[in-house]
Amino acid sequence: MSAFSRFADSLGRIWAMMIKETIQLTRDRVTLATMISIPVMQLILFGFAINTTPHHMPVGVLMQEESDVGRSILAGLQNTDFYDFKLVTRSEAEFDAAMRAGDILFGVEIPAGFERALRRGERPALLVAADATDPVATGTALGALDNVVKLALVRDRFTGAETATAPAFEIRQHRRYNPAGSSQLNIVPGLLGTILTMTLLIFTALSVTREIERGTMENLLAMPIRPTEIMLGKIAPYVVAGFFQAALILIAGLVVFRVPVVGSFGLLTFLTTLFIVTNLSIGYTFSTLARNQLQAVQMAMMFFLPSILLSGFMFPFSGMPYWAQWVGEILPLTHYVRIVRAIMLKGADLTDLAREGLALTALMLAAMTVAVKRFRVTLD
Amino acid sequence: MVEAAEVVIDVEGLVKTFDGRRVVNNLSMQVRKGQIYGFLGPNGSGKTTTIRMLCGLLVPDAGRGTCLGHDILTEARQIRRRVGYMTQKFSLYQDLTIRENLEFVGRLYRLDHPRDRASAAIERLGLNGRDGQLAGQLSGGWKQRLALGACILPEPDLLLLDEPTAGVDPQARRDFWTEIHALAAEGLTVLVSTHYMDEAERCHEIAYIAYGELLVKGTVDEVVAGAGLTTLTVTGPGVVGLPRDLKGLPGVDMVAPFGLNLHVCGRDRAALEAAVAPFRGRADLTWSEGAATLEDVFIDLMSRSRDNFK
Ligand SMILES: Nc1ncnc2c1ncn2[C@@H]1O[C@H](COP(=O)(O)OP(=O)(O)OP(=O)(O)O)[C@@H](O)[C@H]1O
Ligand SMILES: [Mg+2]
Repeated sequence: MSAFSRFADSLGRIWAMMIKETIQLTRDRVTLATMISIPVMQLILFGFAINTTPHHMPVGVLMQEESDVGRSILAGLQNTDFYDFKLVTRSEAEFDAAMRAGDILFGVEIPAGFERALRRGERPALLVAADATDPVATGTALGALDNVVKLALVRDRFTGAETATAPAFEIRQHRRYNPAGSSQLNIVPGLLGTILTMTLLIFTALSVTREIERGTMENLLAMPIRPTEIMLGKIAPYVVAGFFQAALILIAGLVVFRVPVVGSFGLLTFLTTLFIVTNLSIGYTFSTLARNQLQAVQMAMMFFLPSILLSGFMFPFSGMPYWAQWVGEILPLTHYVRIVRAIMLKGADLTDLAREGLALTALMLAAMTVAVKRFRVTLD
Repeated sequence: MVEAAEVVIDVEGLVKTFDGRRVVNNLSMQVRKGQIYGFLGPNGSGKTTTIRMLCGLLVPDAGRGTCLGHDILTEARQIRRRVGYMTQKFSLYQDLTIRENLEFVGRLYRLDHPRDRASAAIERLGLNGRDGQLAGQLSGGWKQRLALGACILPEPDLLLLDEPTAGVDPQARRDFWTEIHALAAEGLTVLVSTHYMDEAERCHEIAYIAYGELLVKGTVDEVVAGAGLTTLTVTGPGVVGLPRDLKGLPGVDMVAPFGLNLHVCGRDRAALEAAVAPFRGRADLTWSEGAATLEDVFIDLMSRSRDNFK
């Protein structure tokens, strides 16, 4: 038999497997519902969580002097609904206690002599102390503070509008408890990767164990199909499913969160496909290693957890110890988070991302190799 | 000796061990082309295990042999192409319709026009009008029929049927066997395991396996004759309490009721006669010389092999 007709035969069997899997997928209402509901649910939850404008943030003000400037700043802060004044005090001890107790998330300290220094053009410092244990919350509030104070001072003519470029005062931040803080720019890109990891892993993790548990594997193995063909035929329909999910999340990202795609859409699609196939391959590998569906799901979860924690989505990658970074490097999500951030936010091109793309390809091939090697062609 | 070209299954000394327990022990068998070969034996005797070894689904721990001329140890792929294996438990996709299952098989075997093939199979199986029904919703008899249809769709040269008629009503069983005989007449070789004696009697040859050992093989007549059983048939109102009295007597190897009759069997004719002599005179019993049935032989074989394994 010629190589070509062998190849055509092989494709034909993969095709048979794909049709079968697709029909089964469309009949499996639970899986279909999961496929749609998980992204939707996550998006809704995160939609509230990543609301970047602070609302009613509990704030305290420590007034070291009674001055017009102080009152002007206070009025400015009160005019927005960003902040809720819980405390206006002259006592430093009271201020510290409120912050320790969590009654206020951050405090503004107007030091003694602030007004005088301002009038002299000495660029006095307005001290802001923030409880950075919740860095996302305080980070956004701090960002907003800068503007609010500036606007208040301009409005009350303590400073001129031109000070927008060279402010007449300085906001000196003091992040308490968690000096590093973290950015939340990566949430939508990270979410895209996380949702895909979570759902796709489970889809294929169940595929082989399900056939074994239902007894259909014996029949399948008795027919002339190779492990690689079974694998490809089982993965392919879920690539489409993953695509659908990715589109759903990206559209929501654009429409709801206004996260633009700065870089090439085509490149994003290409690398997303690679990421989808990588995850499906890893899930499939679990399926060949597990004895039953429960074990397969547990393996997927064991893989999912470090993916979330070590990929740089939740915590900055650079802050992790070396061993954790090393673990992170073998997780597809790590590379994908970098890819998506780079394309969506920085407009990176393929040459910038070759390393990440190769890493994903390597992980995919490794998973597929293990899966094909571990696939039991007999019932032993 | 049979000619080599005619032998479809030819295995020797097959051994399979699970967790240190020998499930198939030193099994050898030959099946000729066009034969319907019955495979009998009690539950757990190793029938399924043997069939799986024949089609490469299990690797024997020892032994060698060929199936359709291909080595069972190294050429499982070639064997699978030409064998239709019907598993003991229904193993088509329950969430696929009849047609989808058949088309799937057709495509996997790379048949031309899998759609037309599936239609033809549906026609042949008498499943017209039900082709859109999910396989999981079929009754037992229809499931078996579908499974057989899927097996023969790729036109195999050998059928391995593992208890294909378990739990199927008599009419469906008869239809099933008519079909099997038709297929054998077309040159297909069939190895079929069963627990039914009437089915065993429809086979050209049978083999009886117990505790992994192949105990006897041959045609039904050969097996019955080879057992050398003397069977006495007893009728009459006194039969009811008789088994209790006869069991365990020296020379009485088996006592089994058959409807209103009682079969009393023994391998040693003289000993059997001596044992039943005291009951011969009873007025409520009528004794006659019977012919041993296949079932008598199997039950006797089973009890003997059990003794050996104690
Ligand atoms: N995969 C396995 N692992 C361990 N033991 C097994 C395995 N498969 C079969 N066995 C054991 O091997 C023995 C023979 O099983 P097998 O299924 O071959 O019997 P069988 O003759 O087909 O029985 P039945 O008539 O009930 O179908 C049984 O005791 C069974 O428990
Ligand atoms: Mg069995």
